[in-house]
Amino acid sequence: MSDLEVNVTINGKAFRRRIEPRLLLSDFIRHDIGLTGTHVGCENGVCGACTILLDGLATRACCTLAVQADGRTIETVESLGRANNLNALQRGFWEMHGLQCGYCTPGMLMLMTELLRENPNPDRETIRARLNDNICRCTGYEDIVNSVARAVELMRSGQAAR
Amino acid sequence: MAQAGKIQSPPPGRQRERPEQRLNVIGTRMLRKEDPRFLAGRGRFIDDIMLPNMAHAAALRSPHAHARIRSIDKSAAQALPGVVAVITGEDAAKETGPLPCFANPPVEQRAIALGKVRHVGEPVALIVAETRYIAEDAAALVKVDYQPLPAVSDMVAAIDSRGDAVLHPERGPDNVAEHRNYVFGPVEEEFARAAHIVKRRLRWSRSGGQPLETAGAVASFDDGSGKFVIYVNGSMYNYVGFTIATALKVPSHLVNIVPVDAGGSFGSKLFLHKVSVLAALAARIAGSPVKYIEDRIDNITASDNHGSDRTYDVELALDADHRMTALRYKVVDDYGAYFQYGLGTHGNGFSQTVGPYKIRAVGAELYAVFTNKCQQGACRGFGSEVTNFMIERIVDAAVEDLKLDPVAFRRDNFIRPDEFPYQIPTGNLYDSGNYPGALDMALEMLDYEGWRQKQQAARTQGRYVGIGLASCQEKGVFSATEFWMLNRDPGFALTSSPESASIKIDPTGKAVISLHAPCWGNSPETVATMVLAEQLGIDPADISVAYADTDHGLPGTGPGGSRYTVMVTGAVTGAAAIIKGKLKRVAGHMLEAGVEDLEFRGGKIGVKGAPGMEVTIAEVAMQAHFFRLSLPDDPELTSGLEASYTYDHPLATLPKSDSDFGIFYPIMGHMCHMPVVEVDAETGQVTFLDYVAVHDCGTMINPMTVDGHVRGGTAQGIGTALLEEFRYDGTGQLLNTSFQDYLLPRIGNLPPAVRIGHLVTPSPYTEYGVKGAGEGGRMVAPPAVVSAIEDALRPLGVRIDAVPVTPARLRTLIREAEATRGVRRR
Repeated sequence: MSDLEVNVTINGKAFRRRIEPRLLLSDFIRHDIGLTGTHVGCENGVCGACTILLDGLATRACCTLAVQADGRTIETVESLGRANNLNALQRGFWEMHGLQCGYCTPGMLMLMTELLRENPNPDRETIRARLNDNICRCTGYEDIVNSVARAVELMRSGQAAR
Repeated sequence: MAQAGKIQSPPPGRQRERPEQRLNVIGTRMLRKEDPRFLAGRGRFIDDIMLPNMAHAAALRSPHAHARIRSIDKSAAQALPGVVAVITGEDAAKETGPLPCFANPPVEQRAIALGKVRHVGEPVALIVAETRYIAEDAAALVKVDYQPLPAVSDMVAAIDSRGDAVLHPERGPDNVAEHRNYVFGPVEEEFARAAHIVKRRLRWSRSGGQPLETAGAVASFDDGSGKFVIYVNGSMYNYVGFTIATALKVPSHLVNIVPVDAGGSFGSKLFLHKVSVLAALAARIAGSPVKYIEDRIDNITASDNHGSDRTYDVELALDADHRMTALRYKVVDDYGAYFQYGLGTHGNGFSQTVGPYKIRAVGAELYAVFTNKCQQGACRGFGSEVTNFMIERIVDAAVEDLKLDPVAFRRDNFIRPDEFPYQIPTGNLYDSGNYPGALDMALEMLDYEGWRQKQQAARTQGRYVGIGLASCQEKGVFSATEFWMLNRDPGFALTSSPESASIKIDPTGKAVISLHAPCWGNSPETVATMVLAEQLGIDPADISVAYADTDHGLPGTGPGGSRYTVMVTGAVTGAAAIIKGKLKRVAGHMLEAGVEDLEFRGGKIGVKGAPGMEVTIAEVAMQAHFFRLSLPDDPELTSGLEASYTYDHPLATLPKSDSDFGIFYPIMGHMCHMPVVEVDAETGQVTFLDYVAVHDCGTMINPMTVDGHVRGGTAQGIGTALLEEFRYDGTGQLLNTSFQDYLLPRIGNLPPAVRIGHLVTPSPYTEYGVKGAGEGGRMVAPPAVVSAIEDALRPLGVRIDAVPVTPARLRTLIREAEATRGVRRR
C-alpha cells in the first residue's frame, strides 16, 4: 500500500508527512516527529504509557494508526510545562513523589490532564477510578493520587499554571 | 561452623559519619533532582537514542520450547527491500563468543541460538533493516527447519530427564544444574530432640520484574578506531561491562558502554549482556549504528530475568516452650534454560535464612534444574523474598498446628535488640535491629485489637475478614562473595563490590557529581546531592549529577541488592572528605590560618572562634583553579578542585567453608507488614481494608523516597501474592505473553493506602547509619497478604501454601475445604 499524506497538529504546531498507512501513532510521534516524551510500554493498549490526547481525549497511541490522526489535534507531554516551569499537575507530581523511574509518567500526566479538564475538582475516588486505566510499576499509585490531589490544590489557589 | 548468637567481639567498622550527629539535609524531604526532566518528557531512555544512519533490529523468536535447528534459509528475508542483514546463530558465532555466566562451570548461552533452541522466544536470528517495521516483516520470511525435541516443563520431572530432553548434555546426563546439601549448625541434633516438628510443602511460582520499559541497546562501531559505543539501559557496566567486550571478542578498552535512564528494572536490567551483544554485533555487520529494543513479547519470553520458581518441603523444629530451634528444607528451583547467576539466588537467601528469629541450625538441600523456559535472573529480592515467604509460612504453620498466638510466638522467638551484632548459622552477621519495636509499632498503628473485634463482628455477618502479619528481614549491601560461594569450584572468586563517586567543584563553586552507575528509577541524583550538600553546606541547587560511561568510569557495581544508597553515600562522603581537605588548605593560605584552626560553616570556611574571618567555597574554588602562583609550591595544591573516591563494602569477610559463608550481607533492614483483607468467598476476590507497613532501614537520607520504595515494593509484592505468574504449559509454551494476561497490579488491586511507620535503628558500619530499602516491600508483602487471606478464611479451614493466590485458585481451595471438612459457607 502506498504512503498516505497526513496533516496533524501536535502541541499547537502543524505537521504534514507522507507515511506508511500501518505506522503506529506512537512511532510517528516519537520517531517521525521526534517527540520522545511519549513512551511505549506494553504495545497492546494495557499499560497506558503511550497515552496522548487526541482531539482532547486520552488515547493509546500504541493502538492507533498515525493516519487515523489525519486532520486532528494531538497533545503530548511536551505540551505541558517545561522542566524549569512545570504546570500545576507536573508540580503536584514533583511535590508528592508521583514518579520514580518516570517511564509511565507522561501517560499518567496526559490521562490526568484529561480528567482535570473534565473535572477541575475531582475527589480521591474519582482520581483513583481514572488511574485504574494506566499502569505504574514503581509507585504503588498512592503517591500519584496524592500528586493529582495536590495539583488540584495548586490550581485552586492559583499557585501554579494549569 | 558458625555459632548462632551475639558476637562478643564485633568486627571493627569504618564508619566516619556517626548517625547521631545533627544533620541539615540528610533526613529532609527534598524533592527529587531527577523529576523535572521526567515530568517534562525529557528523560533519556534507550529508545530515545537516535544516531545518524541508524538501522533497526528485530529478533526472530523460537516458537519451539526445545528443538534442533536443522537449517535456516534467509534468502527471502534478505531479498526484502530495506533489509540490511540477517544474522543467524552460526553467523554470530563467527564473531562472538558465549554470553557471560557467573556459574562455574558456566552454562553456554549464545545471544542468538546456535544449533538448538531451549525456550520459546529465544532469538533464532536477528534481522537488521532500515526500519523496525521492515525488520519484523523480514523476520516472518526467515525459514527455519526445526527438529522438535522433548520439552521439559515440570521441575520435578526435570530431575529425571534423559536423552534428548536434556538441555545441556555437556553438563551431565540429566537436567539437574546443581544438587547441593548445606548444613549450618547442629540440624540433626535439634530435630532429634525437638518437641514439635511442623511441616509444609510450599510453592512460589515464577514472576518477574517486568518494568514498563523493556531492555534495549543502541550500538555503533567505528571502523577507524575499531571502537564500539554501546548505549544500554543496564546497570553493572562499570563492574562487569568488560565481559561484553569478551563476548564480542575485542579488547575491553575498545568498548565504551554509555548509561541511559532506565524505565524501571526491579533487577531485570542488572546486566544486559544479550541486548548489548546483539546491537553491537549487528552494528559491526551492518556498518551503521543499530538499535535493538526488546518488544514486550521478547521481554516476557526472553528477558533472561524471570524470578525464582520454587517448591519447598520445609520442616521447623521447636522445643517444648515453642522456641524455634532448627529449620530444614529441600527446595527445587526451576532455573529455566540457562544459569547466568548460578545458585546466587540461594546464596542470597542464606544471608537471612533464619529471618528475625533465633533459629540455631539450618539444613538446606538445593536442586537447581534446567527446563525449557526463559532463564532466571534478578527480581527484587534476588531469591531472599522467597526465603522470607518460606520462613513466614512455616512460622504461621507452627501457629496453626500448635494453636499459638501469631504475635506472641514471633515476639518470643525474635533476636532481642541487645543481641547485636548477631551471627546467624550461615555465618552472616546482622548488624543491628529492633524487631519487637517494629512489631509493636505495627500493632499500634493498625489498632490490632480493634481490627480483631471488627473481624469478629464481620464473621457474625458472614463476611471473611482477615488480619495478616509478617516480620521479615531486608538484607542490604551484598558482598561479591555471594556470586560464587555456592559454586563447587568457585571459579573467578571476586571479593570486590565497590561504588565510586567523583566530585568536581568548578571555579565558581558549583559542583558536579559523577556517578559510576545509572539512574534506574531509584533516586541516585537526589541521594548524592543530599549527601554532598550535607558535607559541604552548599545549596543542593548548586549541585548537578552526571553519569560516567565505561571510558570514564571508576569501579562501580550499581543499584541492586538494596545497596546503592548505602554505597554511594559512602563514596560521596569519601570524595567530599578529600575536597574538604583541599578547600581547607587553600583557604588556610587565603586566611593566613592553620588548617587545624579552620571549620566549615554553611558553605564557607572560617577561622574557629573568629566570626567574619571566612571565605566562601566559591572564592576558594576560584583560587584553587586559577591562581596557582598565589599558593605555595606544594604538590597537594595542584590547580583545580576535584576528587574521586571508591568506597568498598563496609563489612565483609571471606567464606570459610560450605558451612560458614562469613559476613556477606550484613546491613540488615527489617519490616513488619500487617494487611487487613476481605475475601469474597463466592468469587475468590481479595480486597484490602487496611495495610500497615513498618520499615527499619536505619538512617533515612530522604524519607519521601523511602516511602516511595515501600509503597512501590509493597504493590509489587501484592502482585506476586495475588496476580503475577508466567504460566508455561506442559510443552513449554508460555501462555501469557502480554500484559493482558500477565497481570500487573492496578490501583484497584491495591490497598486504599499503605500506612507507613519508620523505625530507625542505624547501622554501626555505614556512613550516617544508612541501610538499604529498595527491595523491602516485595520481600514481605507476599507472606503478609497470604496470612491475611488464610486468617480471613479460618472458619472454612482454608490453608494456603502457594502463590499467586488468584481468584480461581482461591475458589478451588475454598471448594476443597468445604468438601473435605464438610464446612458450609453461611
